[in-house]
Amino acid sequence: MPEPTGVIHDIGYQRYTGPRLGRRQVFGALYLHGLRTAFGLGRSAKAKIFPWLVVGIVTVVAAGLTAVRSQIGQVVMTYAQFADAMSWLVIFFVAVAAPELVSRDLRSGVLPLYFSRPLPRADYPLAKLLALATALWLLLGAPQLVMFLGAAFTTDDGLRGVWNELLDLLPGLLYAGLWAVVFASIGLLVASLTGKRAFAAGGIVAVFLMTTPIVGTLSIMPSRAVNELAFLASPSTLVNGVGTWALGDLLVGEGGGGLPIGDFGPVYAGAAVLLVATCVVLLLARYRKVATR
Amino acid sequence: MTLIATESLTKTYGGGVTALADLTVAVEPGIIGLVGANGAGKSTLIKILLGLLAPTGGRVRVLGLDPTTDSARVRARVGYMPEHDALPPDLSAAELVTHLGRISGLPRTVARERASEALRHVGLYEERYRPVGGYSTGMKQRVKLAQALVHDPDLLLLDEPTNGLDPAGRDAMLALVHRIGTEFGISVLVCSHLLGEVERICDTLVAIDSGRLLRADRISAMTSATDVLAVEVSEGTEELAARLAALQLPVGREGRLLLVPLADDATYDLILGAVAELDLPLHRLDQRRHRVAELFATKEPSHA
Repeated sequence: MPEPTGVIHDIGYQRYTGPRLGRRQVFGALYLHGLRTAFGLGRSAKAKIFPWLVVGIVTVVAAGLTAVRSQIGQVVMTYAQFADAMSWLVIFFVAVAAPELVSRDLRSGVLPLYFSRPLPRADYPLAKLLALATALWLLLGAPQLVMFLGAAFTTDDGLRGVWNELLDLLPGLLYAGLWAVVFASIGLLVASLTGKRAFAAGGIVAVFLMTTPIVGTLSIMPSRAVNELAFLASPSTLVNGVGTWALGDLLVGEGGGGLPIGDFGPVYAGAAVLLVATCVVLLLARYRKVATR
Repeated sequence: MTLIATESLTKTYGGGVTALADLTVAVEPGIIGLVGANGAGKSTLIKILLGLLAPTGGRVRVLGLDPTTDSARVRARVGYMPEHDALPPDLSAAELVTHLGRISGLPRTVARERASEALRHVGLYEERYRPVGGYSTGMKQRVKLAQALVHDPDLLLLDEPTNGLDPAGRDAMLALVHRIGTEFGISVLVCSHLLGEVERICDTLVAIDSGRLLRADRISAMTSATDVLAVEVSEGTEELAARLAALQLPVGREGRLLLVPLADDATYDLILGAVAELDLPLHRLDQRRHRVAELFATKEPSHA
C-alpha cells in the first residue's frame, strides 16, 4: 500500500469509546435522511428539479388563491378543496419520491449495509414510510398555511376572524394528512417491489390512474349500492369519499358536488384504514424477505 | 476469549439445500481466513454470524454473544463488507460512510469525523467527495471496507474483499486487511476462495467444503507451502526433473508441467540455474496459487 505522502502527523487508528446512540436516534437519522431525499436535498441538482417544481406549483397556486380572495373577498377554494385539487400533483410527486427512497437502495445493493447494523428490520421501511408521508403532508399542508396566513392578515373580523380561519385550516391539514398516509403507503409498497426506478414510477402512476376507469364502470352499473360504493375502487376517490363523509361542507362547498356515497361514509373510512394497514403489513413482509438476502 | 465458536451448526434452506452441515469450530482473535470453493457455505456462515439468518440447528457465539437472540448487540460490534456491489452511485463516499456511521449509532459530528478517518485509513483522500459511481473497482472495495470500519467494530467480516481486483489491487487490499488486523487491533474474518491469497495474511485458517469443516488450525501449524512454481520447458522435461530432484527440490508432474513447491525466492534461482545449466528452452515459469479444491484433494485424506 502506498504510504500517504505529505502527511505530517499520522496519528494512526483511534478506537472509539464515546456514546453510541439508541434505536430512537438511529430511526430519527434514517427518517430525516429520507425526508431530505424526498425533496432531493443532499443529492445532485438533477434530483432536485422535479420535487421543487411541484413545490413551486402548489405554492404559486396557494398564493394566487390568497391574492384572489383578498381582492374579491370570496373563498375560491377551501383548504380541503385545495388538497383535493392538488392530488394529481401528489401522485406524480409520489411516483418520483418513492422509487428514490426505496428502489434506489434495492438496486444498488446497499441494503446489506443497513441490515448488518443494529437497525431492526422493520425500522428501515417504517422510517422511509414516515419520511414519505411527512413529505407529502408538507407538500399539501405548507401551501394551506400560506393561504391561512394570507386570510388571517386580510380578515375584517379581527381575532375572531383569525380563529374561524384556523378552525377551517385544521380539518384541511388533517385531510392533507389522510392523502399523505394513503398515497405514501401505496407508493412505497409498489416501489419496494422493484429496483428499477422507471418501473416503480410507472407502477405507482398505474395504480393511481388505471383504477379510475374501474370507478367509472362501477358508477354506471344499474344498482344504487354499487354506484355509491364504486369510489372504493381507486385510492384517490377513496380518500375523496372519506373527506366527503368526514368534512361535509368544508370539502363539498355550498353548491354540493361531493361524491355521491350515500350512507356508506363509515365504510369508506374503514376501507381507508384497512388499505393503509394492508400496505404497511405487506411492506414489512417484503423487507423481512429482503433483509436475509 | 474465543472470537467465534460454533457447535454442530447446521443450516438447511427450504428445498433441502444444505449450506452448513454440523460445523463445529472455535477461533481465537486475530486474522482468520475462511476458505472454501464457491457455494461452500462461507456467505451463509457470515449471515448467521450477523444474526441475519437463523441456523436450522446447533449453536453459535460471536464475541461471547449469541447472534440468534442478541443480534442487535452483535451487529453493533461487528463490521461487514459484503461481496457484491453495495454502493449507491450518486452519493459521495464521504456522505455514504457518514450516513452509515449514523445508522450504527454514532452522533452526527462523530460520524462525520470517523467517516473521513476511516476513508483516510483505506487510502481515499480528496476523491471521497466525488460520487461513488465514478470510482474504480479498487476504490469501491475500499469504500466498502471503510463503511465496515466507521463504527469501530471489534470484528470485521470481509466477504471476498479482493474480488474483481487486479494483482496490484489485491496486494494492496491484503496489506490493508493485514494492517487492520495487526495495527488497529481489530479481529478480521476474511472469506476467499483463493487459499494462497489469505494464507499470506492470516493467523488462523478455516477451510470448509460443502458446509463441512475440512480443517481449522493456526497457519503456523500448516507449514507446508501451498504456492507452487509451474515450470514448462519445450524439451528435456525429464532431464530437468532429474536435475531438480538432485537439488533436493520435491518435483511433481502435471502433464508437460513440472510443479515445484515455492519455499522462498531462492527456489526461483535454483530452477533458473538448473534450466540454464542444462541449456533448455524455458517456455514458462510462473507462480501458481493453489485453488482450495487442490488443498482439499491433498489434505483431506490425512485429515480423515
